[in-house]
Formats: sequence, C-alpha cells, structure tokens
Amino acid sequence: MNSQNGLKLPLSRLEKVQSWGMNREVLGYVYRPSTVAGLQEVIATARNAGRSVGIRGGGCSYGDASLNSENVVLDITRMNRILAWDPATGIIEIEPGVTLQRLWQYVIGDGWWPPVVSGTMFVTMGGAVGMNYHGKNNYKMGPVGEHVLEFDLLLADGTVINCSREHRPDIFFAAIGGFGMLGCFTRIVMKMKRVYSGLLEVDAFATRSFAEIARVFEERMADDDYLVGWIDCMAGSQNSGRGLVHAARYLRADEDPNAPQTLQVAYQGLPETMFGLIPKSIMWRFLKPFSNDPGMRLINWARFLLGSTLGNYKTVRQSHAAFAFLLDYVPNWKLVYRPGGLIQYQSFIPAEHAAACFDEQMAICRKFRVYPWLGVFKRHRTDNFLMTHAVDGYSLALDFPVRKRYESRLNQAVEEMNRVVLESGGRFYFAKDSTLTRQDALTYLGSDAVLKFQRLKAELDPNNLWQTDLSRRLFGDWDINTPHPRPLQEAR
Amino acid sequence: MSISWQRAIVVGASSGIGESLARKLAQAGCQVALVARREQELQRISMSISSSSGGTPKPLTYVHDVNDTDAAELLLQQIAYDLGGLDLLIYSAGVMPMDAENSYNTAADVAAIAVNVSGAVAWCNAAAQRFAKQGAGTIVGISSVAGDRGRRGFPVYSASKAFLDTYLEGIRNKVGRYGVKVVTVKPGPVDTPLVKDLNKNKLPMLITSEQAADHILRGIRRDSVLYVPGRWRLVMWLIRHVPSFLFKRLNV
Repeated sequence: MNSQNGLKLPLSRLEKVQSWGMNREVLGYVYRPSTVAGLQEVIATARNAGRSVGIRGGGCSYGDASLNSENVVLDITRMNRILAWDPATGIIEIEPGVTLQRLWQYVIGDGWWPPVVSGTMFVTMGGAVGMNYHGKNNYKMGPVGEHVLEFDLLLADGTVINCSREHRPDIFFAAIGGFGMLGCFTRIVMKMKRVYSGLLEVDAFATRSFAEIARVFEERMADDDYLVGWIDCMAGSQNSGRGLVHAARYLRADEDPNAPQTLQVAYQGLPETMFGLIPKSIMWRFLKPFSNDPGMRLINWARFLLGSTLGNYKTVRQSHAAFAFLLDYVPNWKLVYRPGGLIQYQSFIPAEHAAACFDEQMAICRKFRVYPWLGVFKRHRTDNFLMTHAVDGYSLALDFPVRKRYESRLNQAVEEMNRVVLESGGRFYFAKDSTLTRQDALTYLGSDAVLKFQRLKAELDPNNLWQTDLSRRLFGDWDINTPHPRPLQEAR
Repeated sequence: MSISWQRAIVVGASSGIGESLARKLAQAGCQVALVARREQELQRISMSISSSSGGTPKPLTYVHDVNDTDAAELLLQQIAYDLGGLDLLIYSAGVMPMDAENSYNTAADVAAIAVNVSGAVAWCNAAAQRFAKQGAGTIVGISSVAGDRGRRGFPVYSASKAFLDTYLEGIRNKVGRYGVKVVTVKPGPVDTPLVKDLNKNKLPMLITSEQAADHILRGIRRDSVLYVPGRWRLVMWLIRHVPSFLFKRLNV
C-alpha cells in the first residue's frame, strides 16, 4: 500500500466525468487522441502510471459504463473520420468517434439510413458497437452488431487486430457488446439500410395494459418496421400499464414522390421551436416546475389523455430523424432531473412473462412510492453476441429521478425488481445499468458466458488494462486465478 | 457525529490533533488515508482505529515526509486512486521549535518552516487544483492562535502559522469560486506532543486533542477561520489590538 506506482499523471488532465443520467460524477485523467498512434501513447502513459483505461464515447450510457474514476479515461470523440463510403453498396468504414448524427447525415442523401439507431443521435458508433445498442426495430433488425461486417480492435499491448465473422469470430461476437473490456475499436465497417424516402408512416394509438400492448406488438411485428410504446408509469393500479404505441414503417419507392427532397439532411431537421413559439433550447426550463411527482403525474396523465383521444389512431408521416431521436427533441430535458439526476432501469423479459413481470415492477414502484417519470416499452429478439442483453421478449425502460430523500426506498425497490427480473429469466443492459450487483450480473449472463468472456479477456488483456467503474462493480478484477496487481477498493 | 465527507486525507496523522481527527472521521464512516513520517505510529493508529468499534473502515496508511514536497502531488494522486476519490484534505503536520532565552537554532527553525510552510503549500496546492476541477472539496489547514502575533517564545513558529493563515486565505479566495471550501483552524493550546516541552499548568484554556477534533469537525463547514475553542476569537481579537510597544514588554 505504501509503494507508489509509477509516474505521475498530469493534474491538468484531471476532469470531471459524468454519467449520462447525471447520477454519478467522478474525476478521471481524460485523454482525447485523434489517431491510432495517439491511442497507443495513451495506453503507454496509463501503463507507466499504473492506471487502467476506460473507453468513453459520447458518454450517453446512463450509469457508470463510461466512467473510470481516478484512472485514465480514453475519450474517442476526436477519432471521428469517415474513412470510406460506398453509396452503391451502403457499406461505410468509420472511426469509432463518429457520432450517429454524423453517420445518418452522411448517408441519408444517398438513400441510406443506419439500420439501428438509438433515441439520441449523440452516441458515438464506437460506443454503440461496444454496447451493441438496439433501436425501436430490435425485433426486426437485431442489435447494431448484426450490421457490422468487420472491425479493427486495438488491444492492450498496442497491437491492432482485425475481426469479422470469419476471422477471429470469438472476438467479433465478444467485443461487440463487450463494453470496452477487450480493446478499443479503431475502425468499424458497417452496412447501412436502403431507404426510399426520408419519411416514415407513423401510426399512433393508445393501449390500456401491459397485456394489451404486448398483444398489439405481437400482431403488428410482422408488418411494422419500428414499434415503441410509451407507458404512463404514474397511473394508479387500475390503469397500470396504460400507454401509447407508435408504430412506423418505411415507405416504398412509389409512396413518396418527393423522395429526393425528403432525403435531404435539411428536411430531416428537428424543429427549432415547440408549438411554433418556444425555442426548444429553453424548453426544459418550462418543464422544470413539473419536476416532481405531482407535476410528472400531470404531464403523464395529460399525455395519455391527448394520445388516447385527439391523437388516437392518427397516421402521420414523420421524418426518420424526428421519429428516431425522441431524446433530442427537447434539448437538455434531462436537466429537469437535477440535482440528483436519474437512473434508467431497463429490464428485458421473455415474451411469455413480460406483461406479468412489468405489472409486478409497477406494483413494486407503488409499494415503495418511487415513480418513474417515463416508461418506454420495446420488442426484442435474441442474438449471437456473448454478452448480449436481448431476449425474445420485451423491455421496459423506466426513468427514476434520484433524490436524496428517497434514495433508500429507490434502492430497495430496484433490488426487489432485480429479483423479479432474474426470476423471470430477464436480462439487463450495460449501457443503462446502475443497480446490479456482481451476483445479479453473473446470474443473468450465465456463468458459461462470463467464463468465456473472462478467458478472452485474459488472452487479450492479461494485465486488465481496460476497466471502467461498471466493470469493477460487476466483475471486480476479472481475473479469477491470479491476484490483480492493484487491490480493488471496496470503498468505491 | 454525522459528517458529509466520505474520503479524507490527514497529513500528520501520527499524533495530536491529526490523529484525533482521523479517528473521529473514521468512526463517522469516512474512509481515511493517514499520512505521516513514522510507519510504526501509522500502523498502530490504523490498527487501533479499525478495532475501536464495529464497522469502522480500516484507514489506509502512507509513509511520507512532508519535507519531500516534490512527492506530495503524486502521493495525493495515489491516495485519491486508492480511496476512489477525495473530499477532504486535512494538513495537520506541524512542529514548534522552542528556544531558551537568548539562544537560537537556525537549523531547527528552517526545518520547522519546511514542515509548517513548504509541506502545507505542497499538499494544499495539489488538493486545491484537484478540488477546483471537482467543483467540491474541503481543505483544512491546522494553524494556531500563535499566528496572530509574533511571539517571543517561538518567533518562527508564530511566523510560520501567520504564513499559513495568509496562504490559506489566498487559496480560499482563489478556489472558493469553484466550490472548494478552505478552513483555517486556529486552536489555542492543545494537549499534544507539540507542547510537551511547555509547562502544561501554565497554558491557558488547555484542551485535549479529542476536544479539539470535535470542535474542528463541528466547525469546518464554515469555510473561513475557525478558532478552537471559539472564545479564542475574542481573546485573540484583543491580543491583536495590543499595541506593539506594550506587547513587546509582555511575557506572552
């Protein structure tokens, strides 16, 4: 304990690094290389100082997945070049720091769209692939990893290895969704999806329960390209699970005569004002007075009321960007959750147990009087990635505000919900998680998968260079045989 | 006592006020790093703290000589790493060279400046930089009422504490706007090894180091100068206003 490991890291590198949910804020030594050589230098610096390296992309993980407190934080956002683009085949080659925004804006003019997009466009694709993110079309298109053709991965020893389904498939299926534990992507090759219009046809309608919304999803899955449900989580027990469905499908070539126009980036822009009046950049300030349980209850109630009356069974055409990037619609909306921030609790439940499990989750929320201000419901399917979060079933993502005065109630509630999810054979998602314990993670991933992953980790990163606050929370020092050179602080 | 700090460094933790502060912080559930020169003392205190009551986290120990100012920043970095963060730095290292009438010991005086002044600057500078980035954190410097006047019994000690007062005020003004609190603690006589050479019966308002630690932990939320105990504020206000021509004739 008294030995001083290695060299000093410059204090000037020390920066406050925040989780996207603003629930955790730590200090880390942040480096922003822009080339592979720069990346290798960062690894050497970290090694000389005896520190681990945590990879951070857009920092859009809700919990501690992109944090590496008191260690090196490798911010990849400056490695953001588009290396090659073939508008004939839709194959694009990018560096990991390219954001989803940059990606869709780059390809849409040629009639392509990223096959899998998240609710915000500010994620980096390196982060997206590292987390193997999904979209509102997960049941149809799978996670983003299914559209990755190959990638280059920088390993802890500084070498770069190329992986695909043919070459080192074991690494391919583990590094995608491997939350930055095996290496840092330096180049990703992906296939885009052909679209014939910049618009989607969107149906909106109301549903009254989890059972009903699940039934509707089952019916519409075959035809609709996107399905997403919004759940009013503050409704009472009689109305538990009521919500609104937005179902969207791509337009065929003959359905949009204005396709050359609608496929322009300018056409995809989100409107600058709300209700044609309020600049959206200040919109969150108008929401602030409602940032309490009664206020949010009112907003949820009004939203359901409008959606189930005026807006019920409305069909509209909406641009891809406007439909996809709901989280960007009101800039800074998450500031409403200050000062405590929020956690997002997303669980993935096999279809046959989903409705019952989500009903139980809602009951647990009511029991502990912790109410998610927002609930989002999606359909998923299984995939071949080692550390996958997906199941053949449904997920419910709940945004809980974090407040000092009910922190212990919230902890109790999520603990109980974790138990319910695990009993239903459910899974969790590293990009969202901030509540799991080591045992929980091991249970849902299965010891086979974890052991396989650990072996790969031991092969590619024997000194455990790649770490994050999340990896330490869920997997400790990874290495099961030899003691890690630095004892893990339980105090963390 | 409930405290809001979770991770603290106490420099000069092997005896006196530092030891008592470390003990009380640990007992309140704070993860404490003890920094001092003597390893044996560190081990003894760390053991005694962790065995004192159930659930008290065992303090980490670091052997360090505050004369080694170049090492302070790296060690602070190391400790923050080991603790997983840092909320509080207490600089409590201090020595008091005592000279008999008509005798001078320059070597001891210079050594005292190194501990009381240079060491404090090295540690507080490093912590201030870090805390400013963090937008939070508390720096506590243990100064002394002796810093309020130049004292004939210990000119260098009182001057070094006057330096510490002014320096901490400067740091407070420098990083206060970034959310960092800087507290100057000015205890009167405290029954610690520092005063072992003095006649304890003659020391006014002598308190134990436990009492001092209690006062300090209660008061360090205030982000300014803290007299320990509080009545020294009035006493020292009066003493500061004694004119020089009178003060030099007094035997204080």
